[in-house]
Amino acid sequence: MPGLEDLYREIILDHYRSPRNRGELAPPAVRAEGHNPLCGDEIQVYLDVKDGIVTDIKIGGQGCSISQSSASMMSAAVKGKPIAEIRNLVRRFKNMMSIEEDDESTPPLDESKPLGDLEALRGVVKFPVRIKCATLAWNTLLDGLDQSI
Amino acid sequence: MSFDPIVVKKDFPLLEREINGRSIVYLDSANTSQKPRQVIDAMSRFTETSYAPINRSAYQLAAESTDAFEAARAAVRRFINAPKVQEVIFTKNATEALNLVAQSWGVANLRAGDAILLTHMEHHANIVPWHMLAAERGVELRWVPLTADGLLDLTNLPTLLDGAKIFSFTAMSNVLGTLTPVRQLVDAAHAAGAIAIVDGCQYVPHNPTDVQAWGADFVAFSSHKLCGPSGIGVLWGRETLLEEMPPFLGGGNMIADVRLDGFSCAELPAKFEAGTPAITEAVGMHAAISYLSSLGMDNVRAHEVEVTTYAIDKLKTRYGDDITIHGPVDPAVRGATLSFKFKDVHPHDVSQVLDQSNVCVRAGHHCAKPLMKLLGANATARASFYIYNSTADADALADALANAGDLFGF
Ligand SMILES: Cc1ncc(COP(=O)(O)O)c(C=O)c1O
Repeated sequence: MPGLEDLYREIILDHYRSPRNRGELAPPAVRAEGHNPLCGDEIQVYLDVKDGIVTDIKIGGQGCSISQSSASMMSAAVKGKPIAEIRNLVRRFKNMMSIEEDDESTPPLDESKPLGDLEALRGVVKFPVRIKCATLAWNTLLDGLDQSI
Repeated sequence: MSFDPIVVKKDFPLLEREINGRSIVYLDSANTSQKPRQVIDAMSRFTETSYAPINRSAYQLAAESTDAFEAARAAVRRFINAPKVQEVIFTKNATEALNLVAQSWGVANLRAGDAILLTHMEHHANIVPWHMLAAERGVELRWVPLTADGLLDLTNLPTLLDGAKIFSFTAMSNVLGTLTPVRQLVDAAHAAGAIAIVDGCQYVPHNPTDVQAWGADFVAFSSHKLCGPSGIGVLWGRETLLEEMPPFLGGGNMIADVRLDGFSCAELPAKFEAGTPAITEAVGMHAAISYLSSLGMDNVRAHEVEVTTYAIDKLKTRYGDDITIHGPVDPAVRGATLSFKFKDVHPHDVSQVLDQSNVCVRAGHHCAKPLMKLLGANATARASFYIYNSTADADALADALANAGDLFGF
């Protein structure tokens, strides 16, 4: 059995204890909401999108250390980035979580940039039950991006 | 005479298993129970020697199979002290049993403007079928509130029951462990002209059950929570009500006659048992009931009161205000199911850390989202004890919890 240290890396606990970009954004910001039906966790992702760039992002809701730290790291990683780059990052993250892509028409993944803090979540794959926790924020972000068009 | 849980545990092969060189502390029996050798053996023996279709063929093997299936029904009747064997309907699980009542009795008897009374501590299995019926029929759903310590607040019960046709409630909460005053609730329902449906899913596996003493109209429960296999459950109902009700699912076995222009129903219980049932599972459930009966359901309850008392005391002494146990603290009004909040560690993380010590607890909403909302939590961790759990398992839980506190450093 993989050890807890594979899951609860220090950087994850740091994002859990001091989550980045917590809060709300007022309309016309986009608001997307996600649920983990398994455990009842909820998350809200607020996005300000201008000229194809996510200029601001805020995260609301509550959840376990994995879902909360993943949301926090995600918010830090996408703030100020163009939507196309964010979509690429979402795909890379889901790849890392060993979630297969169902749409074959998508462009090839650009993996040139380092994943940074997000690398710390790689250990989640060894705990399959927790993959849903890690991807909750990312799926909710995708929802928000779709709404912003 | 009481039993020794350490001896009982030896009957459960799975609990002999070790993971990473350590034994398993299974504290998730409110979710589903483990199976004793006696059940596993009864099912394999039946499969190897007597398995055949029931109710359909004249050969000896089929007769033996039918006898075994019907013997299971008779065993269920005795186990819950039902008046008549034909009142025992085999379903897939408690969920299907409750849906059966909603779709059959409910559809036949409810009209727009009628009310259904539920409680704030129901499992989704005793909520969603009524939501579905309410949407279909324009029926109002009402809810018995809870007191601060997790009991039903019965102050306004007569008002809530005014105009209700159904009062459906659990005999024991799968989250709070609360035991409800079944007889009193049944009497109140009847006084208001409503039928009383008891969700016995959590109660029946852990307590002596007497449906006649309850005076209820329907009782539902599942085999998999009482040491039997999954795939089979029970609806017990009063014969007079079952007789009047339209069938639920249509198909083979439930008919007396089928013509091009219609059909007529079989007698009870076949009327509500469409299709090939869970035959081997019925045999397994029978073995489970025999197993529990040999321990004695009074003893099962007494044992659980003892472990619960010990566990609550242990956790409270060790962790004080760092742990909140939801639901009543008095073991006399609760079962051996403990939902708790530990410091500010999320239940998912609690159960992950406990898993490292092979302590298996459930984390989540326990299919009781309205109740979770009331508790102000999206999720709780839940440890539930059964016949194979000893006070040593409560110690293991308490010890493993310390790791959660350390790791999250609160
Ligand atoms: C109180 C209660 N009712 C109903 C159910 C549903 O049981 P099943 O899933 O076996 O149909 C459960 C199971 O968790 C329960 O605890």
